[in-house]
Amino acid sequence: MALRELKVCLLGDTGVGKSSIVWRFVEDSFDPNINPTIGTKLFVKILPLSATFNSLSCSFSTGQVRASFMTKTVQYQNELHKFLIWDTAGQERFRALAPMYYRGSAAAIIVYDITKEETFSTLKNWVRELRQHGPPSIVVAIAGNKCDLTDVREVMERDAKDYADSIHAIFVETSAKNAININELFIEISRRIPSTDANPPSGGKGFKLRRQPSEPKRSCC
Amino acid sequence: MNEEYDVIVLGTGLTECILSGIMSVNGKKVLHMDQNPYYGGESASITPLEDLYKRFKLPGQPPASMGRGRDWNVDLIPKFLMANGQLVKMLLYTEVTRYMDFKVIEGSFVYKGGKIYKVPSTEAEALASSLMGLFEKRRFRKFLVYVANFDEKDPRTFEGVDPKKTSMRELYKKFDLGQDVIDFTGHSLALYRTDDYLDQPCCDTINRIKLYSESLARYGKSPYLYPLYGLGELPQGFARLSAIYGGTYMLNKPIEEIIVQNGKVVGVKSEGEIARCKQLICDPSYVKDRVEKVGQVIRVICILSHPIKNTNDANSCQIIIPQNQVNRKSDIYVCMISFAHNVAAQGKYIAIVSTTVETKEPEKEIRPALELLEPIEQKFVSISDLFVPKDLGTESQIFISRAYDATTHFETTCDDIKDIYKRMTGSEFDFEEMKRKKNDIYGED
Ligand SMILES: Cc1cc2nc3c(=O)[nH]c(=O)nc-3n(C[C@H](O)[C@H](O)[C@H](O)COP(=O)(O)OP(=O)(O)OC[C@H]3O[C@@H](n4cnc5c(N)ncnc54)[C@H](O)[C@@H]3O)c2cc1C
Ligand SMILES: Nc1nc2c(ncn2[C@@H]2O[C@H](COP(=O)(O)OP(=O)(O)OP(=O)(O)O)[C@@H](O)[C@H]2O)c(=O)[nH]1
Ligand SMILES: [Mg+2]
Repeated sequence: MALRELKVCLLGDTGVGKSSIVWRFVEDSFDPNINPTIGTKLFVKILPLSATFNSLSCSFSTGQVRASFMTKTVQYQNELHKFLIWDTAGQERFRALAPMYYRGSAAAIIVYDITKEETFSTLKNWVRELRQHGPPSIVVAIAGNKCDLTDVREVMERDAKDYADSIHAIFVETSAKNAININELFIEISRRIPSTDANPPSGGKGFKLRRQPSEPKRSCC
Repeated sequence: MNEEYDVIVLGTGLTECILSGIMSVNGKKVLHMDQNPYYGGESASITPLEDLYKRFKLPGQPPASMGRGRDWNVDLIPKFLMANGQLVKMLLYTEVTRYMDFKVIEGSFVYKGGKIYKVPSTEAEALASSLMGLFEKRRFRKFLVYVANFDEKDPRTFEGVDPKKTSMRELYKKFDLGQDVIDFTGHSLALYRTDDYLDQPCCDTINRIKLYSESLARYGKSPYLYPLYGLGELPQGFARLSAIYGGTYMLNKPIEEIIVQNGKVVGVKSEGEIARCKQLICDPSYVKDRVEKVGQVIRVICILSHPIKNTNDANSCQIIIPQNQVNRKSDIYVCMISFAHNVAAQGKYIAIVSTTVETKEPEKEIRPALELLEPIEQKFVSISDLFVPKDLGTESQIFISRAYDATTHFETTCDDIKDIYKRMTGSEFDFEEMKRKKNDIYGED
């Protein structure tokens, strides 16, 4: 089965639950005492769309520095989708996200907190930022997180949905805490991503650097 | 920002970002700021193309023939990575390589008698090359075998040569190599820009040739690598590493003052606020009074709609114009990359010509290189001063990087990083220090 690596980046104000969403998706757990993310992290998850999730054995260390890479794969029709999830934090706090963060992203998830109006207002800035720096054909998803806290809701679902429709974005309300719509969010992303690369890079793809194989083959002019 | 940091870094050039990453990984509290609104300083790749036009004060907008502005990421400084070089080692140790994809540069060429020749990358190519005669080839081959077997730590491989005493000139004589082969070896393989090395002990030159051939052996074609989306990805990658380990990043920060008390740095003032620090790292542009000018480099960015002639339509290449071919003291380089590296619109090529300025008319000096590139759709000319620190930071604890020189590689940059590291910490640079301190990678790789 063909394996496709899909880079997904997260955007949104601090404290809206970006890391918690990734955590729930990859590990299916929730840590109410999660620390603010201090750097930009990359998570990878490969998810089977066919319903049941492979639970991956990943051991998490606690402490200052947390995951910088996580992987998980999902099956989507005849393909395996390996999600490489880049979680921001730190660099965006002072508007210093590097263009590298968006580079080659198949999708972006912009998160706001339904209990904080201002996180929804700034969401529009994140959309603008993404339009400016993100790849042109990126799939955009908007997640209204913390939907378990409806009694203190400040953002109406209708308003957010209308906005998302106006920019052709996926929209869901999520709760990382109660595992609501997290998997659905990623499944929808899998669905929306064009099945084949619409514009494959001309001149072929690049490669990752690897350590030297033990015996270098000598050849010289 | 009103806080106390171990290290404040000003400028997000490659040197600063690598040092910032090393410091953060080793538990230092780092504040990293740049007066520009983008990452990379002098080592940035400029995007979109409109910004490059503005930067070089060209009137109007890029013409429609240039395609979409966003498809361009134009390096200001031409450099390639040696596949087996120090920068690659740094990328691997820090795992910053995960954030980037690379391509091999398709060929290396050398200028001789007005024409360009491929620097052979295989034995078959070497035998077929018209760069040298048959007997020369045999002697050259013997020389290369000697170099390949040479091991600085094993005197049995020296064959009577004292690598710390015998000059390179003498070594060439020992193998009876002619002037053409000497020129080729010194400039196209050892990558010296002048002939000063001839009277130096041969050890350094042998190691450079070894590096060249070992790098070549990694991927074939050429010893050089180039990152997709441009060299500007390199500082960004190391900045990300620093951020993961707690480094705070602020762009677009005007730096009003570097505060020094009793000869030692204590902080930095920006937008009325003061951040305190024990040590400061910065590029020359932040401390004009603590650096001196040691020369100038001319760089001409040329946009082409065709591959360079006689390169077999390579989508990327290097051309070395040795000094003695054009009556100069230092070589002229051409580094060419293209749309295949996501740095230019479809069908476009970017060739950057560079050399050390030797006369009052630098644009005239690079004419032989420009002739190889014609027709040139657009030129962007810059002449930059080469600054080096006057203050080494012993007292002030201000550590200043050197400006990027005319070499089209990162060798001197890496040497500078190692040197600053040593001055800051008092201990020798060790690649192990760059390793991520925790396993922060989860899921399958
Ligand atoms: C167009 C072009 C022109 C070049 N011109 C020059 C030049 O004028 N002078 C020059 O020195 N290099 C030149 N090079 C450099 C050569 O390619 C570099 O060695 C390489 O690009 C540096 O990569 P790196 O930083 O990964 O490794 P490096 O850091 O350069 O390599 C690791 C180690 O090997 C040594 N080393 C590596 N490369 C060289 C080298 N070329 N010469 C001496 N020691 C070396 C360094 O001292 C270092 O300790 C040129 C490269 C290109 C593409
Ligand atoms: N009730 C509730 N709390 C949540 C939910 N998701 C996250 N939180 C809490 O919100 C706080 C912030 O969550 P994070 O995941 O750290 O948010 P973040 O967006 O990654 O924040 P930064 O890393 O600082 O940018 C934590 O205290 C979480 O426990 C949710 O769905 N419901
Ligand atoms: Mg977070």
